[in-house]
Amino acid sequence: MISLAGRDILHGWGKFVFTGMGLGLLFGVTLVMAGVYRGMVADGEALLANTGADLWVVQRDTLGPYAEPSSLPGDTWRSVRLVPGVAEAAGATYSTMQLRQGRREVRAMLVGLAPGEPGRTPGWPPQLVAGRQLTRGHYEAVADLATGFRLGEAITLRGERYTVVGLTRRMVSASGDPMVFVPLKDAQAAQFRADGDAIRRGRRAAEADPAQNRPGNPAALQAALAAQGDGDTVNAVLVRLAPGADPDAAAESIRRWQRLTVYTREQMQDILVGKLIATSARQIGLFLVFLAAVCAAIVAFIIYTLTMDKIREIAVLKLLGTKNRSIAGMILQQALALGSIGFVVGTISASFSAPIFPKYVLVLPTDIATGLAAVLGLCTLASVAAIRAALAVDPAEAIGG
Amino acid sequence: MGRGIVIEGLRKRYGKGDTAVDALRGVDMEVGPGEVVGLVGPSGSGKSTLLKCLGAVIEPSAGRMRLGGRVIYEDGWRVKDLRALRRDQLGFVFQAPYLLPFLDVTDNVALLPMLAGVPDAEARIRARELLEALDVGHRAAAMPARLSGGEQQRVAIARGLVNRPPVILADEPTAPLDSQRAMAVVRILNEMAARYETAIIVVTHDEKILPTFKRIYRIRDGVTHEEAGEGRPYA
Repeated sequence: MISLAGRDILHGWGKFVFTGMGLGLLFGVTLVMAGVYRGMVADGEALLANTGADLWVVQRDTLGPYAEPSSLPGDTWRSVRLVPGVAEAAGATYSTMQLRQGRREVRAMLVGLAPGEPGRTPGWPPQLVAGRQLTRGHYEAVADLATGFRLGEAITLRGERYTVVGLTRRMVSASGDPMVFVPLKDAQAAQFRADGDAIRRGRRAAEADPAQNRPGNPAALQAALAAQGDGDTVNAVLVRLAPGADPDAAAESIRRWQRLTVYTREQMQDILVGKLIATSARQIGLFLVFLAAVCAAIVAFIIYTLTMDKIREIAVLKLLGTKNRSIAGMILQQALALGSIGFVVGTISASFSAPIFPKYVLVLPTDIATGLAAVLGLCTLASVAAIRAALAVDPAEAIGG
Repeated sequence: MGRGIVIEGLRKRYGKGDTAVDALRGVDMEVGPGEVVGLVGPSGSGKSTLLKCLGAVIEPSAGRMRLGGRVIYEDGWRVKDLRALRRDQLGFVFQAPYLLPFLDVTDNVALLPMLAGVPDAEARIRARELLEALDVGHRAAAMPARLSGGEQQRVAIARGLVNRPPVILADEPTAPLDSQRAMAVVRILNEMAARYETAIIVVTHDEKILPTFKRIYRIRDGVTHEEAGEGRPYA
């Protein structure tokens, strides 16, 4: 039996292909939007995996260090290190900053690394694609490739010059900003230490304050000044557990005795996905719904118009004895063919355009499969109006008068 | 009469009560196998309504219709599947050819037997035989848009004949054609009627072809009157 839908498509293939391509670009945008969400989740997972930490110790009652600000004394790691089951503990700072390289500025997450070595000390980038790890205590940086920095280049941060000695790949923050690793002391200075004017203003204020500058007690003023601009603060202590140690038990022990908040990897993942990117996810989800509705409306309009264009032929077909099932099948097949063209064009356009986006866009095979099912479902739904109109055609319309 | 169509006292009323309109008020008609009759009448006389009743696309209000010796309507349809009745027992030729623009000439004709379950290859053979008989065999692979008006109408006649129906209803088949082509279509209809023993009813306004019919039914105010035609040669 002749495929009426196939013959009709072949007859007007130009109209079909161009309409399908337009639809495909719209579908490609939909797929990229889904990919942006997947990319955000993947960035969050990569962030956690790359730290090499099993536990995150943060300021009490905060969701730090990625979702909320968190400050801990710089020596917190020492007491955490003593908890049973803890193999390594190291302070770390995280702050998103604008780095300058010549005239260029790059938004990056600055990570302060405690002295140590990769694989042993949590927080260190596990692998480099070029150069070496940090070896000196100051003014060296390991940057992610996405920053665009190259080995040996100098970057400026808070007036200090750092030399890029190593490069990483896919080391990004939860919001997709590339990471730049510097020694902990430098990162603390950049994040917490006040500048010279502020320190001078603080000193003058302390000297003028009779409570801090008591006559006959110079030690009180010295203590007050020492407390200002100390800067030995970290955002979190990253903990690597000994093999076989129970993360929940170790976390509970730290919570109880150190009066700190501790998150396991699963909990931290929940924070990143469920809280940090939840709003973005909802926004993207809403976009997806609107785009899907627009896709469905376009397919419905096109299929309806194509059907109305041949309403007389449909009346003739019905008069000649064609079954309703065959006519409905013809319209449905055309809608599905249009959707299939759109799906292929959309998938190709999404695949080629994904690397152009500044943030990581991850299009998973399962998303493509879901997209195909959604497109075919939408096309089926969109063809309902056209099928109803076609089935309502009176075969008597084929007879004049 | 074994084949052909017989209509007795056919009535069709639109609407109810005071607004009811009687489009057909008791039509009697009989067309035998191999016979071509004309059906003429002014606008609003009931031609189209009669054609639609004969074509089983609207239901008459009363009367009786026999098709190929079988009662298909008697105060109600006596056939369950009207779609199959139209497909297998009736052929249609319209004022405009209404060929499907996305099928070539052969498949436009072969589609009907295919819909009836005839294998594709056999349906195409049947279609090509008819196209040859109608002198459009050389355009069998062409798309309808490439055909002249006369060629398109011959393809439409082939489509009407392909399932060998006992009755063909032709609705002003010569209207868009010049007199030479119109006469050619009449000749073809007569030849086909004779060859396949088909009863053909030609609804027409065309004064050029009226003299070719041996019998003419005039319809006025929903009532038919039979009269003898001139039966002039149509060559």
